This record gives sequence, structure tokens and C-alpha cells, in this order.
Amino acid sequence: MTENLSLAKAINLGLQKAMRDDPRVILMGEDIGTLGGVFRVTEGLKNEFGENRVLDTPLAESGIVGSAIGLAMRGYRPVCEIQFDGFVYPAFDQIVSQLAKQTTRHQGTQAFPVVIRIPYGGHIGAIEHHQESPEAYFVHTSGLRVVSPATPSDGFHMIQQAISSNDPVVFFEPKARYWPKSDVDTGATPGPMHQSRVVRTGSDVTVVGHGAMVAMLLDAAEVAAGEGISLEVIDLRSLSPIDYDPILASVQKTGRLVVAQEAPGQASVGSEVAATVAERAFYSLEAPVIRVSAFDVPFPPANLEGYYLPSVDRILDAVDRSRGF
Amino acid sequence: MPYTEATLQLLSTDGTLLESDRTAEYRALVDGLDDDTLRSFYREMVTTRRLDIEAGNLQRQGQLALWVPSLGQEAAQVGSAFGTRAHDTIFPSYREHSIARIRGVDFLSIIALLRGVTNGGWDPRESKFRLYTLVLATQTLHAAGYAMGIGLDGKVGTGNVDADEACVVYFGDGASSEGDANEALVFAQSYQAPIVFFLQNNQYAISVPVVRQSRSPLYLRGEGFGIESYQIDGNDVLISYAVTRKATDAARSGQGPRFIEAQTYRLGAHTTSDDPSKYRVAEEEELWKERDPISRFEKFLRSRGEADAFFDQIRTEGDDLASDLRTRTLAMTPPPVDAMFDHIYTDEHPLMTAQKKWLAEYEASFGGES
Ligand SMILES: Cc1ncc(C[n+]2csc(CCOP(=O)(O)OP(=O)(O)O)c2C)c(N)n1
Repeated sequence: MTENLSLAKAINLGLQKAMRDDPRVILMGEDIGTLGGVFRVTEGLKNEFGENRVLDTPLAESGIVGSAIGLAMRGYRPVCEIQFDGFVYPAFDQIVSQLAKQTTRHQGTQAFPVVIRIPYGGHIGAIEHHQESPEAYFVHTSGLRVVSPATPSDGFHMIQQAISSNDPVVFFEPKARYWPKSDVDTGATPGPMHQSRVVRTGSDVTVVGHGAMVAMLLDAAEVAAGEGISLEVIDLRSLSPIDYDPILASVQKTGRLVVAQEAPGQASVGSEVAATVAERAFYSLEAPVIRVSAFDVPFPPANLEGYYLPSVDRILDAVDRSRGF
Repeated sequence: MPYTEATLQLLSTDGTLLESDRTAEYRALVDGLDDDTLRSFYREMVTTRRLDIEAGNLQRQGQLALWVPSLGQEAAQVGSAFGTRAHDTIFPSYREHSIARIRGVDFLSIIALLRGVTNGGWDPRESKFRLYTLVLATQTLHAAGYAMGIGLDGKVGTGNVDADEACVVYFGDGASSEGDANEALVFAQSYQAPIVFFLQNNQYAISVPVVRQSRSPLYLRGEGFGIESYQIDGNDVLISYAVTRKATDAARSGQGPRFIEAQTYRLGAHTTSDDPSKYRVAEEEELWKERDPISRFEKFLRSRGEADAFFDQIRTEGDDLASDLRTRTLAMTPPPVDAMFDHIYTDEHPLMTAQKKWLAEYEASFGGES
């Protein structure tokens, strides 16, 4: 069945389906029960499943993730909501030193299927700590899987795939994309979660991004097309592991790669993609890989976010530089 | 002075059983123990101390990277371990060697951890003794979550002590200052989870004395969260048993969490890398030797008529186990190189597969086996 849904609603329906399918799936987080979460992603779920499956937790992020680990040891599949990107750090140790390493410490005798949902990214004009893109910290950590849906359809399917994964998954939800609607085929069988995907074919330059960047790359491709430049747009979808095959195939065709991201460029997902493509497709490249990132400064006051974050213009500027080689 | 007016005790340092109104209910629990159980208390304390010393020797001889001695803390640990029921789950810190043994974990598994053979060591599903955790206090949250799960499973408050479960988490006076320990108390109390927080106050973190962690007795931390809390003489195996039994049974019956502070002392170093002479005075160490948990309990057993033969037998058993431990330690081999890629994830992961293959081919390129 096809429904026209926002990303927030699509994830909500995905959570609902996962909870109906498996009684061990429980939700934990701050204000996720009665309120339905500050972005309403869990709206209505406490009504349907009760307070034993939708837990309004005490206000403590390390406590949320740490107790989720204990619940996983007990056989549950907890889905934790971190209220905003900038508030995941109090839970950092439990995610990086505990959750990520439990499987190896247990030598496979026990799985740790914990999902950590993090609304992330800018473009919403919010105050400090509410617009960050901290995905690189988690991508750097072995033992975690990291994904980010860019569309309502991916939101609906990928949240279910993340929950059914037997490994910890950090699930980054681009909050700038929470509200625009598009069609979701809720009856479709989705492809693998860890697959990058060509979302617009083109022949001149390959542009890669994830989360809210994907829509911006598509906008850029539209503008470029008007100027006779053909961009091939790839949605990474999975940040760890990264599926390179579609990217390498595309670069073999275009010879040029631009990687866009909202995070600062230093030691970022974009750096990883750039380095790997340079290693694996050196002879296909006609130009150096170019990253379009936020600046390496803390997220500035929201009045300046338009200068801090990548824009369609800056992406097109990078495309021009790439074509100039 | 670590002991306060609140400190519960059943066995004096000279091994006599104390009577008081305040401890009558604990005395009743102990009076219910048969001779064999009391002998087991002694056996576990002595054997662990013997193995602990052996492990320290193995470390000095270069066989272990590090050893973490539990000398002096045997009563707190053995008593509380017997206070739990077999279907209760224990979340240790990293020094609870006697509890590991009581739960059926081979001492060699702990050796493997400190020899650098594994980062885990045993299957906690069998023993219900979870893995050691080295990042201080993180396990308190795992235990709180696990206990919440017991509640969600409906395994609490049914009135059947053989079905209802509790869990016990061990942590130290140093760890009590960590945010996680405090968050765990919040979660446990908020969800009325069936968990007992067992704080072994051995008076020091590494070098830092407990007064830096708290200006008031640590059992009051529990009280501050609204959790019924006790301070016990942690060198008295009987009170440790009885208070833990009462606390775990209260938790399993749905009365919410409990908190126990056991006043004890590590007679040895923090680890084999530590030098306590830099921060402790000899008088203090002497004082605590007089409070030794094992000699005190030996006096008690002798006063009940236990004869030399029993004590000799336990000593011999300990020596045999120590020599067996030594033999098996020396025979231990490192894990296969490519094991580092195994079980990082439960489901297939392309990076693990690719890097495992790469390393094997690289190693094979030197003429070894791939
Ligand atoms: C989060 C963290 N910080 C520091 C350390 C290093 N460290 C290991 S043990 C220890 C002291 C712990 O003291 P306590 O909690 O009283 O337990 P004890 O070792 O005395 O049993 C320290 C500082 C650690 N393991 N974890």
C-alpha cells in the first residue's frame, strides 16, 4: 500500500510495525511516551503498547543507553531516543565502550540488538546543541552500525531493519527532512539496509551525501541540469559500513567525485569516502575528490548557519572546480 | 573510622557471635545455616585467597600482564554471593574472584582476561555471573536495566522465591562517584527494579581515600535516592550473607532496590602495578589485619568444634587448586590471530570479512599458512 507520509510519520509507522511484530521491542527515551517525543516520532505508541513498552525514562542519557544494554542482556530489543544530536555525549561512553564492545566481549554468546535514534543536523534555526552532525564519532567505532535515512520510504523500512539487526545500530534522523512528505510503499520488500543508492543518474560528476544533504544534492543536480551539467546523485544511506560499489561504479563513469556533508570536514564520513575512492579508483579519477562540508568550527549561532552549512551554491562551486581539472 | 553506629555486625573480630535486637533477624537467618554451608563459606574464602596469591605470583613471574587482588575482601564477597539465590544474576566489577568461583566460573577464565588472551572470559548465561567490567560503574546501569527487564518479564513479586529474580551489582567506593552509579540508582528506584547495589568500601580507590569520594558514610547515598540502605561489617561473612539474603528477597518480592555498603579493606595493592606504601600507613594496615575476615571466621568455626583436620584439608585443597591453576596457566596459548575479527558483530559485516582476509593473505605472504 502506498501512503504519502512525512519522515517523522514514516518512522512512527515503522516503529509501530516492529513493535507489533515482536513483543521484545521496547522504546526508551525522554518525553517519548505521553508527549510522543519532541518531534512526535513516537506519537500514539504509548497508547497502543502501554508504559511497559514505551518508557518515559528519567532524564539521563547514559542511564538510557546503559539500562538498554542491560535490557538487551535480558533478551529485549530496546530502541532508545536521544532527544537531540548534541545530547548524545553524556551517553558516549555507554555507546562506545560498552554497547559497541559487548558482542566481542561476549564472544558471540549474546547479541546486543539496541537501536539508538538520534534526530540530527541543521537547517532548523535552533539554539546551540540542537543542530549538530556527530555521526563520525560513531562511524569511527567498530561494533556499531550507523545509518541515516534521507526519505520517508527509507525511514519506514530502515527503522524496521535497524530493529531487526542483531547488532547495535545508531540511527541518524535528519530533522530538516522530518516534515516534507513523499510516497511510501509500506508493503514493499526493501533492499538491504547497508546499501548506498543512485537516486539520480548522470554522467558528468558524481555527488555523494547522506541525510538532509541528499535533497540538497538533488536540488543542485536540477540547477546543474539547467546549465547542461549532468550530476549523478548517490545517497549513502549507510555510514558504517559504507557500500562503495555504486560509488566506485559511478566514478568509473564520471571520473569526478564531490562529497557533501553537514558535519565539519576533519576526520569525517566525507573524508572516509574520499580516501577510499582515491585508494580504489585512482585511475578512474580525472580530478581530486572534493569535500563540501561545514566549517571546522562549533555550530555557530543559528543566524549564521546558512554560511556554516553546505548550500546548493557551494555544491555547484565544487562541481565547477572538479570539472575545471 | 569506617565503622559507624549504623554498621551491622554478627561476628566480632575474635570470632564470637554477637547478640543485639538490631541484628536479631540476621542472626535468625544465620542460625538457619547448616554446618556444611558454614564450611563452604570458609572453603570459598580460603581457596580464593590461595588462588589470588598464586595469580599474584604468576604476574610477578611474567605470566600475567596484571593481577587484581581481592585479599581482605573475601567475606564481603563470599557472604553476599551465598546470600543470593542461584537464579539471581550478578554483575561484578573486576575484583569479585570468589563470587566468580561460587557461580562456577573457572578461575582460569579470569587469568585469561589478565593474561591478554580474551576480553571476556566466560559465558554469563550459564553462571548468571556477568562479565567483568573495567570502566568504573558502567555495570551498575547494565544491572539496573537487567533488573528492569526482570520486572517487565513479570518475574518479580509473585511470591515464589524460586521463580522471582533479583540481581546484585558490585562496585567500589571510588566508582560510587561516577555519574553512571548515580544514574543507576535513579533508574532502579524510579522503576522499582529488583536490584541490590553492593558497594565494597575498601577505603581506597587506587590511592585516593574514601573521604575524597564522600564526606558522609556511603550507605547514605542509597538513602538519599530513597532506597533502603544498610552499612555492614564487610569482613564479617555472616552479616554479609544475611543482609544480602534479606535485601535480595525484598527486591525480588517487589519492594524495589536495596543498597548495601560493606566496610572492608584491600589488604594488598590495588593491582600488581600499585604501591600502597606511597599512600597508606603501616598502622592502618595492621589494624585491618586484625579484622581479617578469614581468621575471624576460623575462630568462629573452631568455637563450634571444627577440628584441625578440616582446616588442613581446606589448605591442601587450596594448594592443589593453585598448582593446577599454575599448570593450566603455563599451558595457555594465545588466541588465533584472526580471532580479533570474530564476533565484533553478530551479523555479517563486510569490513570484518575483508580485513580478516587481508591479514591472512598478508601473513601467508611470508610463507606461513593462510
Ligand atoms: C571510568 C574509569 N576511570 C578510571 C579508571 C582507572 N581505575 C581503575 S580502578 C580505579 C579505582 C577504583 O576504585 P574503587 O571503585 O574503590 O574500586 P576498587 O578498585 O577499590 O575495588 C581506577 C581509578 C577506570 N577503570 N575507569
